[in-house]
Amino acid sequence: MEINAQGIYYKDLNDIIRKAIRNGEENFILRNVNGQRYIADGISKKISMEVYGVPGQDLGAFMKGPRVVVHGNAQDGVGNTMDVGKIVVEGMAGDVVGYGMRGGRIHIKGDAGYRVGIHMKAYQDKIPVIVIGGKAGDFLGEYMAGGVIILLGMFSQDAAKPIAGIFMGTGMHGGVIYVRGEVDPHQLGFGLIPKELDGEDQKNLKIYLKEYCDDLDIDLRKVLSVPFKKVVPFSHRPYGNMYAY
Amino acid sequence: MKSWQYQKDISGCGLSGIINKNGERITGESIICSIACQHDRGNGLGGGFAAYGIYPDFKDHYALHIMADNLDALHAVEGFLNQTVSVVHQEKIPTRPNKYITDPPILRRYFIEPVKEGDRICRWPGLSDDDYIVRVVMNVNRDIKGAYIFSSGKNMGAFKGVGFPEDIADFYRLDEYSGYIWTAHNRFPTNTPGWWGGAHPFTILDWSIVHNGEISSYGINKRYLEMFGYHCTLLTDTEVVAYLLDLIIRRHGLPVELACKVFAPPFWQEIDRMDKEAKRLFTAIRMVYGSGLLNGPFAILFAYNGGLVGLNDRVKLRPLVAAVKGDTVYMASEESAIRAICPDPEKVWAPKAGEPVIVTMDKGASTTKKQARLSPACAGA
Repeated sequence: MEINAQGIYYKDLNDIIRKAIRNGEENFILRNVNGQRYIADGISKKISMEVYGVPGQDLGAFMKGPRVVVHGNAQDGVGNTMDVGKIVVEGMAGDVVGYGMRGGRIHIKGDAGYRVGIHMKAYQDKIPVIVIGGKAGDFLGEYMAGGVIILLGMFSQDAAKPIAGIFMGTGMHGGVIYVRGEVDPHQLGFGLIPKELDGEDQKNLKIYLKEYCDDLDIDLRKVLSVPFKKVVPFSHRPYGNMYAY
Repeated sequence: MKSWQYQKDISGCGLSGIINKNGERITGESIICSIACQHDRGNGLGGGFAAYGIYPDFKDHYALHIMADNLDALHAVEGFLNQTVSVVHQEKIPTRPNKYITDPPILRRYFIEPVKEGDRICRWPGLSDDDYIVRVVMNVNRDIKGAYIFSSGKNMGAFKGVGFPEDIADFYRLDEYSGYIWTAHNRFPTNTPGWWGGAHPFTILDWSIVHNGEISSYGINKRYLEMFGYHCTLLTDTEVVAYLLDLIIRRHGLPVELACKVFAPPFWQEIDRMDKEAKRLFTAIRMVYGSGLLNGPFAILFAYNGGLVGLNDRVKLRPLVAAVKGDTVYMASEESAIRAICPDPEKVWAPKAGEPVIVTMDKGASTTKKQARLSPACAGA
């Protein structure tokens, strides 16, 4: 089903999509999207959706199954608390990508904003993964409780900018952040230091990155040609004693 | 009987700004289209615009925009103006009925100059023209009940009220104005009342500011400003920023970039890693202007006759996106608000926290040219 979203109010657009899904439609192409919020939110079917234009806030929030490809930039709140499925962004993404994400994949080709992957969590076989091809802002993976964030720094529009901002992984108590190349310790949250990858890390990283490179038509060998560092929690309860005087 | 259904509106304020560095004047339709694209960032309790280059016939006079609750208040203001300034021209601010804009105050504008010594008795001799006008505005807003001067710059004006911005724009007939800088605001009041005076932009002289967020340092900022003769009367945190701009940039002479570092200074841990010179500078800024620091989340756009500036708080707790095409620079809360009026920008980026985007007018820019710009996205909507 193809929808020309130009000038359609977000509620009406989402009504059209939901109604079509109820009627069995599984493939959507949305054209001329510009700022419509809540696209694909809470949808628990394995639909496929291609978005042309700039989708609005909270794209794919709470979703459980869909595969969404954005042929352009996305705004804030991509994949908020998403559960299952995949969001591929061929351009840049805004702030708070994958907030509280609990499963699925978010693959961003370019830069991402502040607070990406904060409060991510994992449970048994549900391991959320965010891959950022460009650079990220401050607070990447803040309070992270599980899952994987991979930061490549390769496709940024700002060559001069450091690969990430500051306060990376502040308060994290689960999960892992992989950074391609070096990350300066001053960019990390309190108590964290960059570490070398072990064999298990290398194996997982390759699996995640292969999928990412396939989605975005990127040469995997080139991505893997530079060693990665990882950032992991220094303790299961990093602030366990914070308020214990 | 109609049952009352509670539906939570998830919103934050929305901002949009446009500047043509070459001085070409853009019709109001563009900024209206851009802010309307962010309709759901507000809740109908405030909308407003600032426009620069709109009064070429009176460009050397201060344009006072006044809102008054009733004729008594208006007459009190006029009495005060007659004692303190020379009114060159006065008129109603043109409006048209809009079904969503209810109970507006009386709206008038006056093109004025300060009374010079020897002319009539000068109320405050020895002040510069700008300082004199600030005194006029502060006196009216503080002392005359039910009347406010909400715009006081040269060749610019603020237009604001209670309603969604696109309805406020229709009410004020902003499609009939052309300006080389425009800013717009869609309000979702959180801590303070949604009333006509509390809508954004806030202005003093040609400074105007629109803001998304909340300024939790309001009390400190307000008391600091009082020492320099600024009185906050509009019951909204953002008001302090307008006066801080006037104090720090116009009166104290700090460059715009350093003023932004007063509002959003580097963290001490960042200052620690700077070289000696920068460390000295930013330490001094934080020591001298600690009371000018804006605490809390913010994305702001401020403008003056010479430029447009976008700035975020130090940890980017509110969104801001910028884009460029040719001589025109766009800034907004959401990229879609830019694409609504400029579908193919040359560059789009998200400014870093605490790092201002400063766009100044080109040297030799002429503000007499006009360009019609009706965006394709809005034309189709």
